[in-house]
Amino acid sequence: MGPGFRRDDGGVGARPMNIALATGRARARLSATPGQIALAVGIAAFLALFLVWPSATVIYVAFTEKGGGAFTLVNFADFFRTDLFLRSFWNSFYVSAMAVVGASILALPLAYITSRFAFRGTVLIQTLGFLPLIMPPFVGAVAMQLFFGRNGSVNLLLDDAFGFKIAFMEGLNGVIFVQSIHYFPFILINLSAALRNIDASMEEAAQNLGSSGFRLFRRIVFPLAMPGYIAGASLVFVKVFDDLATPLLLNVKDMLAPQAYLRVTSIGIADPMGYVIAVVLIVTSVAAMALSALATRGIDYSTVQRGGGGLARRVLRPYESVLAYLTVTLILLLVLAPHAGLLLLSFSTVWSFSPLPDGYTMAHYARIFGESSLYIKNTLIYASLAGLIDVVLGTAIAYLVLRTRLVGRDALDWAASAALAVPGIVLGIGYLRAFYGVKLWDGTPLASLWIVIVLALAIRRLPYALRACYAALQQISVSLEEAAENLGATKMRTVRRIVTPLMMGGILAGFVTSFATAAVELSATLMLVQSNSDAPLAYGLYVLMQSAAGRGGGAALGVIAVVLVAVCTILSHFVIERGRAIPPAGH
Amino acid sequence: MPGLSTVAHRAPAAGVRIEAVNLSYGDNHVLKSIDLDIRPGEFFAFLGPSGCGKTTLLRLIAGFNHADSGRVLVGEKDISGLPPWKRDIGMVFQSYALWPHMTVARNVAFGLEEKRVPRAEIGPRVTAALELVGLTGLDQRRPAQLSGGQQQRVALARTIVVEPKLLLLDEPLSNLDAKLRVQVRRELRELQQRLGLTTIFVTHDQEEANTVCDRIAVMNHGVIQQVGTPKDLYEQPANLFVANFLGTANIVEGQLIGDGASRAFEVAGGPKIPIPADRAVTPGARMVFRPQDCTIIRPGESTGPDKTAAAGTVTYREFLGASVRYGVRAGTADIAVDCPFHAGDTLHEVGAAVSIAIASQSVRFLSD
Repeated sequence: MGPGFRRDDGGVGARPMNIALATGRARARLSATPGQIALAVGIAAFLALFLVWPSATVIYVAFTEKGGGAFTLVNFADFFRTDLFLRSFWNSFYVSAMAVVGASILALPLAYITSRFAFRGTVLIQTLGFLPLIMPPFVGAVAMQLFFGRNGSVNLLLDDAFGFKIAFMEGLNGVIFVQSIHYFPFILINLSAALRNIDASMEEAAQNLGSSGFRLFRRIVFPLAMPGYIAGASLVFVKVFDDLATPLLLNVKDMLAPQAYLRVTSIGIADPMGYVIAVVLIVTSVAAMALSALATRGIDYSTVQRGGGGLARRVLRPYESVLAYLTVTLILLLVLAPHAGLLLLSFSTVWSFSPLPDGYTMAHYARIFGESSLYIKNTLIYASLAGLIDVVLGTAIAYLVLRTRLVGRDALDWAASAALAVPGIVLGIGYLRAFYGVKLWDGTPLASLWIVIVLALAIRRLPYALRACYAALQQISVSLEEAAENLGATKMRTVRRIVTPLMMGGILAGFVTSFATAAVELSATLMLVQSNSDAPLAYGLYVLMQSAAGRGGGAALGVIAVVLVAVCTILSHFVIERGRAIPPAGH
Repeated sequence: MPGLSTVAHRAPAAGVRIEAVNLSYGDNHVLKSIDLDIRPGEFFAFLGPSGCGKTTLLRLIAGFNHADSGRVLVGEKDISGLPPWKRDIGMVFQSYALWPHMTVARNVAFGLEEKRVPRAEIGPRVTAALELVGLTGLDQRRPAQLSGGQQQRVALARTIVVEPKLLLLDEPLSNLDAKLRVQVRRELRELQQRLGLTTIFVTHDQEEANTVCDRIAVMNHGVIQQVGTPKDLYEQPANLFVANFLGTANIVEGQLIGDGASRAFEVAGGPKIPIPADRAVTPGARMVFRPQDCTIIRPGESTGPDKTAAAGTVTYREFLGASVRYGVRAGTADIAVDCPFHAGDTLHEVGAAVSIAIASQSVRFLSD
């Protein structure tokens, strides 16, 4: 396997990754099979080529003189001397922080009510709570304009009845509003999981010692759920900080991601300012995640005992029940407003200056199925391929990390997870810069091929799929594999006949997460789509939504995207559930 | 004992009375007409197999479960309607339920803070409680940094520091290893005696209940089978379940024959055991006796007074050191016999024909 190893090393830009592997090479030979080494090297090369190199290129350009190759800080000095950039930075920060607050206000009551009380709508809430995630936030932005904009339904009604309007959607408010609604599921999911993992005895012990009500929540329940909340909140912060399309669509240009995009698309790929902004985005993302990791370091508060079922669910008194249903209904109405607005818009002839559309038509759907079916086909191909790449890589990395003693395996895990810290727009710029110079045999640059979009999507979603695969493999007792080997199965056959079938649920979950989120991703692809015929759905949506005339069609396309992703998610959910019907052994 | 004066339970100990308590989860009748009287200062056990309702009953006393009917009185006060946080009953959870986000000291101080004890008083009381359970100096640790035994002591300190009227222990020894269990149960008993605190101990382990508790309520299928001291329960079990659950018992089926002074219990193809005149025997009852209440006698040896002989074959042999347990098949009955072992004794071989002698006075006739 030695020579083969060397050959793989030669890949352009593979250097940063291989340093870690090279030091351990001699020892690795002793502790891993040739197949495992080949696998590790292959993954390392892929990550180096499509994650490390493009990101490194962005950072490199930000720190070098324009035209020359010398190291310089002049670009950063320019950044901090420009009012527009400083204001953009502050705006991005402010919007992200406020979106965390907004998302918390939406998520806290839902998580608390569903995990703490015997509440009828729990499953419904948890399902509906996911819905915002399967629609690009910028699509929601358009629908929210119609409901909450200056001349949207709510303000028209308010004006009629009370003679005033509320500036829900003005400037940064609009971005905060839309992002809070779009990203609150991250907090809901993490917080609910954390609440579920608190053993009932934690709460009972406090009650036994005389604590109750809000004091009990403040002193015991909330601190124990804190790690989950922080994980969710930091994700929301980073996502909002990096998001490109929502502010663009709401015509807010003085935020960081739009500035980076505008610099690169209007001034050109050689302008260093876009790269500097990209570096600021990376640093902020990494800092936010590092901060949250630091805050929750060494505290794993999940305390559920064997057979324990988390917090005891109290039955609500009648008046509490009314209050709870009222709260939940209000929040769900707000959360589902973008979907409702989109649906209405997709059927409306004209909708402006009135609470509801003037008339209804099917024309937008007819038009979309005629003209825009290409977008749908592209999206299906791109998202499926990206999901496939992710679960293959995810399973392989999880296996290498958990089941082998290969030196450098943690570096693979770390590198794959690091994709979380690279904002979509940064990866997009990186791909453009890194692959534009790479020409194919007929002279077309590599960056203009549609497969590059797939790779960008795959890299962006890899961390999620990896976590799913990791969790699935962690649940399989090693003794199940040892039993197979004991009965004569080789490592390869054990993986194929024992490990993979048992992991299937987790792998499928990983695929769905990758697929569903890749299908609506725009930050990276907006930079990479070179021709309309290669464009995915999200791109088409973005183009249509920018003009008033295209909005009806855009809405129809948006509805199709939501339905498409929802159907795929539900289908795979059924497959996973059916797989679970087989009693899992040896957990 | 330093610190005892601050922690010791100064209020007179309270008794517990449970009156006609019923509890169902849907169709599942978990507690059936439970009546119990636990005396002040008593160390009392709920003993039974898993699913018998013992933990449910304990949680009902603590206020975490609610009876469909019946009352719970602590020191003559009906507490049935009070929420857990107003009951003033201490409970040590099976999982210990130490809060991982607080230090040991903060865990122990929690109950005092909730009861609005003056700040100046909390510190010394926490220190005294930790001293009482032998954990001085560990107050700034987190629960995760402690061993299982230490965690259990923190849980105990956290509960007794608030001076509850009643102490509930839910399988407190089940998460400890075997050696530690013996040590901790002794310490528990000592502590309980010193504090004079009425204590209820839930366990499925008869040895734990026997060694630690004054009295035991044996439970099965949501019903209290018998209440008594460990000796009473062992000697005079009320039914087959109690006989079988506490120690090993030979339970033999047979026929009741004769009447008056000639009544006897006949095992098909086996011995006929005369029934003492003062014993009432219900039809369908089975004969019950302990393995040590019968012996194997050698051919020619006399049976002895008040003993009935039966011929049989040795089916298994287990050498236990102080004694040897033989399985003997006599007619349709399989009987376990414990013979004391003394150095130099020869053992009976499996398959050997032997005769066993059963002491008539030790035999009881019990139904389900």
